[in-house]
Amino acid sequence: MTEFFQQLINGLSLGAIYALLALGYTMVYGILRFINFAHADVFMVGSFVGYYAARHIPAGTIWGGLIVLLVAMIACAVLGMAIERFAYRPLRGAPTLNVLITAIGMSLLLEYGVQLLFGSTPRNFPAVFPSSQVQLGDLTVSSNQLIVIGVAAVLLGGLQRIVFHTRLGAAMRAVSLNPRAAQLVGINLNTVIAFTFALGSALAGAGGVLYALNYPSIDPFMGVMPGLKAFVAAILGGIGNLPGAALGALILGGAETVVGGSAYSTYKDAIAFGLLIVIMLFRPAGLLGRFTAEKV
Amino acid sequence: MLTVTNLSVAYGAIKAVNGISFEIPRGAIVTLIGGNGAGKTTTLQTISGLIRPTAGTIRFNDEDITRLAPHKIVARGLCQVPEGRMVFSNLSVAENLALGSYLHRDPEGVEHTRDYVFGIFPRLKERIKQTAGTLSGGEQQMLAIGRALMSRPAFLMLDEPSLGIAPRLVTTIFEKIVEINREQGITILLVEQNAHLALEISSHAYVFETGQIAVSGPSGDLRDDPRLKAAYLGG
Repeated sequence: MTEFFQQLINGLSLGAIYALLALGYTMVYGILRFINFAHADVFMVGSFVGYYAARHIPAGTIWGGLIVLLVAMIACAVLGMAIERFAYRPLRGAPTLNVLITAIGMSLLLEYGVQLLFGSTPRNFPAVFPSSQVQLGDLTVSSNQLIVIGVAAVLLGGLQRIVFHTRLGAAMRAVSLNPRAAQLVGINLNTVIAFTFALGSALAGAGGVLYALNYPSIDPFMGVMPGLKAFVAAILGGIGNLPGAALGALILGGAETVVGGSAYSTYKDAIAFGLLIVIMLFRPAGLLGRFTAEKV
Repeated sequence: MLTVTNLSVAYGAIKAVNGISFEIPRGAIVTLIGGNGAGKTTTLQTISGLIRPTAGTIRFNDEDITRLAPHKIVARGLCQVPEGRMVFSNLSVAENLALGSYLHRDPEGVEHTRDYVFGIFPRLKERIKQTAGTLSGGEQQMLAIGRALMSRPAFLMLDEPSLGIAPRLVTTIFEKIVEINREQGITILLVEQNAHLALEISSHAYVFETGQIAVSGPSGDLRDDPRLKAAYLGG
């Protein structure tokens, strides 16, 4: 039983990071109907920003950690808006394939751009939060895991509030349901799209810092694997569906941890993609996704 | 109030609208009629800013709005009920109406407009919590009109409000359009394939044919025009 809860916490903290990343994929898809392949690299940039911000901030304190997190989020939000403004907006109305290829180009640009600027040697991410082992009954949990779960929960709750209880959130939902009708009620499409990129990228930036807390070696290509997993999670849950992305991420994080802790640990990456294939066979729209029929 | 001059719109190499001009005076009901693919919907979408014209100008209240973004055009009081209704199908009636008042942040004003909409379409009040996608076609049309009214337009464009709706409800909706025009003084531009009805409630009509205006004149005259009778009114 203790083993089970131990794995549950591990799975939850991994799933929480996937969730932060998956929401960005799913939000952009919901609004623009394309997969932003550069999203995983925004996550990587988040780690690098965190790494450099941490140099100027006293390490190992809660406040210091939160400031690092905030700096990474703001930097990534700005980066996300810039990517949208200069790479995707000029292609508005172009075939999706063109945008998709641009997204792949953007991804490569970020990866090799960071490599050019900071080199390809992995760097050691500092312990920005106080780090210790916490004893919860029979369980031993690292404080980092609790921080990851806590921060992710707060951010997801915040996102939920923004999307369902603010004016801009209502505009986001309207655009995702029908962009044309949304414009006809007076919603500024560009503002909503920029806001969506800012939100998604800020979450990815936070994800980047949190990921680096648990896997403290960062390099320009660190985003690729978590990005792919988060993308799978978003599809698992039903692309375009926010709770679905979070659910998919938790399932994926859980499954990966369970397999990782078993005799088949070498196959833990295979499980993510195997799960994707199985779910796509039985529920092509994802767990919470649904096909909507047009009413005439 | 709205002046369209030499407007041309193309989709790639295909010209959908070719140098049309028309004028709509304040307080009037004017209709654009014509067959499928004649360029009526394209014209409305261009006025709303959803499509960029290749040539020509659109002036609204003496302001050039030809290249304005759609949300700015709505803010000027020029609003559209799109073809196919385009209600937000996963949202409730109340949420759809709330989005209609997106540009208005005065709670009392919004409340007041909403009461007015419920006065015109009591059915919407009965179904306030229902998901828009589960409404009948006629009710969705009422919701689409109600949503447009929530933005407090001075000028309302309706694209095929009779499309795919039970005949009994079509009459109701046309009566309501006249009521909105008379009581609120909202100028109406009506695009219709149902030429009979459209000519009946409008004062002036423009007949579209392959992207151009073939005939125009007072609706009463057009009702008796033999050319029109042959083409659109079934003899």
